[in-house]
Formats: sequence, structure tokens, C-alpha cells
Amino acid sequence: MDPRQQLAMLEIPSRRESFVERLKAIEIFPLCATGIEILQLNITRRCNLTCRHCHVEASPDRQEMMSEEVLAECVRIAHIPEINTIDVTGGAPELHPQLPWLLRELATTKKRIIVRSNLAILTEGVCQPFPQMYRELGVEIVGSLPDYTSERTDRQRGSGTFTRCITAIRQLNKIGYGLEGTGLILNLMHNPSGAFMPGNQSSLEHEYKRQLRERFGVEFNGLFVLTNCPIGRYLDYLISSDNLDDYMAVLASAFNPAAVSNVMCRNTLSIGWDGRLYDCDFNQMLDLVVNDGSPTHIGQFDLKRLSHREITVRNHCFACCAGAGCSCQGALDT
Amino acid sequence: MSEPYYKPEDLADFANIGEHSPELAASFFDYYGKATGAGKLTEREKALIALTVATVRHCPYCIDAYTNKCLSLGVGNDEMMEAVHVGAAMVAGDTLAHATQIRKIIRKKEM
Repeated sequence: MDPRQQLAMLEIPSRRESFVERLKAIEIFPLCATGIEILQLNITRRCNLTCRHCHVEASPDRQEMMSEEVLAECVRIAHIPEINTIDVTGGAPELHPQLPWLLRELATTKKRIIVRSNLAILTEGVCQPFPQMYRELGVEIVGSLPDYTSERTDRQRGSGTFTRCITAIRQLNKIGYGLEGTGLILNLMHNPSGAFMPGNQSSLEHEYKRQLRERFGVEFNGLFVLTNCPIGRYLDYLISSDNLDDYMAVLASAFNPAAVSNVMCRNTLSIGWDGRLYDCDFNQMLDLVVNDGSPTHIGQFDLKRLSHREITVRNHCFACCAGAGCSCQGALDT
Repeated sequence: MSEPYYKPEDLADFANIGEHSPELAASFFDYYGKATGAGKLTEREKALIALTVATVRHCPYCIDAYTNKCLSLGVGNDEMMEAVHVGAAMVAGDTLAHATQIRKIIRKKEM
């Protein structure tokens, strides 16, 4: 489904509550950025997996790759003092041939660098050296592991994926990732394997730690809980399973005004493979570039104007403001 | 056909039960939150207890709410069914235990 159709599906007025109206009711509309502290780079939509929940609709067939020119611009902007975190995502970032170059350049900024890995890819031949490189450069890893059972993870990400993720975590533990006192951070990302919201982050983290330690002898630092955003393949799933109306109603009824002020788009700028600028990765997949009036391409990056831009919101934004709220850094209020 | 008494969307109305008695509802929600939140038992364990009670009590709203909560907390489908069997066994057991009353009356009345 193309982005326009997805937005239309989420905004049928007779069937859906309006996120904009909710913001108006609590007098936080328009929602504006408070600055740019996090630069999130979506460097490719190619992935070795084809997960059923993927909002990027990433797959091995996707061709989108950030060009050398755009990568160089990202590195230049990463040096701006206001930015403290560079978050590299995809697709599978490891499938971008320039990832080693990018990370070495970003490491010179001495800032927090995150790579979002699907973990399974680290067991594939050409990607096996990546953990050592991440270690050398002090890269923080956020590994996607939707569930601590193979059944639920594989249902979402494909048969055999869970076992490969555990193998990858074991390898990362071996070089110090996820272990206390090493300073090498391995956080895991949970998202529900179905049409329901995630549970409390600390409860789930407790269970993940217990299960993964007892059953597989592996460790990690923290668990980030992410509510599935009703776009991309997850939207297809909600429609085909006849869960869309219920899911949107659940998100709307769990709307938490306190989560709005902490939502990630307020201090993040998301950069697409082609250099276009977005408020978040979800807006990126819906082709919603930053609001009119702000520069929309990295070539015209303007910190001052982008720092206080009006954030583009639609009904999919209910996902980040439901319950405890969520972001790429996990729950907003645990 | 007339509308059913139980409608899924009514679950969302539970938050409004204080409409005509806000103070009592506030006290209830405070108690409810504390009783079902993590304590010495985890939130997960309490969700399983709540799901079992909901099923035994045949409450469609609570079954809906707590099945979703159990899923959200990563409770396995097999764990949910195992918990419900505890409820089923308890119901069977307490039914049979009450047969004591039948047996007592029979003993008294029969020649």
C-alpha cells in the first residue's frame, strides 16, 4: 500500500479518532520541536529479513541506499555541538557497504553512536566482523528481539530467526557487550507479536532477563519496548486480520497527554536514504517530510529553523503517545 | 434482533463508572491499581490470577482486558490455559465439595 493510501486508511473520519483533535483538546497543537539532539540516519531499506511488523517494509529486494554525498553531509552535521546522539538504522545498516566508513567518521565526533541491528544478520558470513568493529568504535547496539520465545519471534520475523539472534547475542556477550562493567551497551528492542499494546517495560525487561539467562545463558543491558506503529506491513497485518479498528481504538483510549511532551520527534531529526528530512522514521515511511517552511533536504540543513519546526502529526502518532508512550529509546515513562 | 447486553466497546466505558459517584469510583480505582500492580507478586503473575478469575466469573470485559494484558506482558498461550485450568479445577472442586451438603441431607432424611 502506498503512503497516501496508508494515511487515508488511518484517517477515515467516521471510524477514527483524530490525533490532531486530541492535541488541540490538551492545548499542545501545533506540536513543536524543542531542538535537535538526536540525528537518526536511515541509511538503507535493504534487509536480510522480511518481518511482518516492519514499518519500513524492508526486504532483501529493496534498493534504497544512502549515497556517499548524503553520508558525508550526515557526518558534517553530526559534528554540530547541539547533537549528542547519532542513531543509525535501516533496513539492516550492516547491508550498506559504507557502514564501516560512516561509523569511523562518526566516531571522531566522540558522541553517542547507536546502530540498530536485527542481530540475525551478525551471524551471516560477511557481517561477522561487525561486532568487533562496533566494539572498537564504542558503538551502542540496539538489537531487535520481539520476544524471548522462538515461537513468537519467528512468527513475526521468519523461521529460524530467533536461534540466529541468540547466537549473535552470545557472540556479542563473548566480546563484552551486554555485560555489566564493560561499558559496551547491548539493549534489546521488544515489540508485540500481534494486535495488542506492549506491557510495562520494566516487567517485560525482568522477564526477558530471566528467560534469556536461564534458557540460553545470554545477557543484555536494557529492554526498549516499542508499540507497533500502524503503518507499513503492520498495517497490512491489522487490515487482513480485521484488527485495525480495534487496534486504533485501543491506542486512542490509551492516549497519554504526559507522553506527548516527551515524544521522540521533539528532539530528533530523521534523515532518509535520499537525504530528505523527517520528524521520525514513521513519518519517513509515510513520505511526510518536515513541515512546509523548514528545509526538507540535508543539503539545506538549517539548525535554527529545524530546531523549532512544527512537527507533522497524523493518526499513526497515537502509537507513540499510548500508555507509557514509546520511542526508539523505549518507553517514555516507566 | 435486539442489541446484545455485552458490547466490546463498553469495555472502554469502564473508566467512566464514576459518573454518578466519583468519590467511590476514585477509591475503587486507587484500590484496583494497587491490588493489580506489581507487589511481592509480579504484574505478570497478577495478570494470570486476574485472567483466571475473569474466566471463572464469566466476565467478557475482564477476559478481553486480561487476555490482552497477558499477551502484552509476554505470557505464553500455554501459561494462560494452564492458569484457566486451575480455575476450572477449583470450580469443579468446590462444586463437588458442596456435594457434602447433599450427602449430609441424604444421611439425615433417608431411613
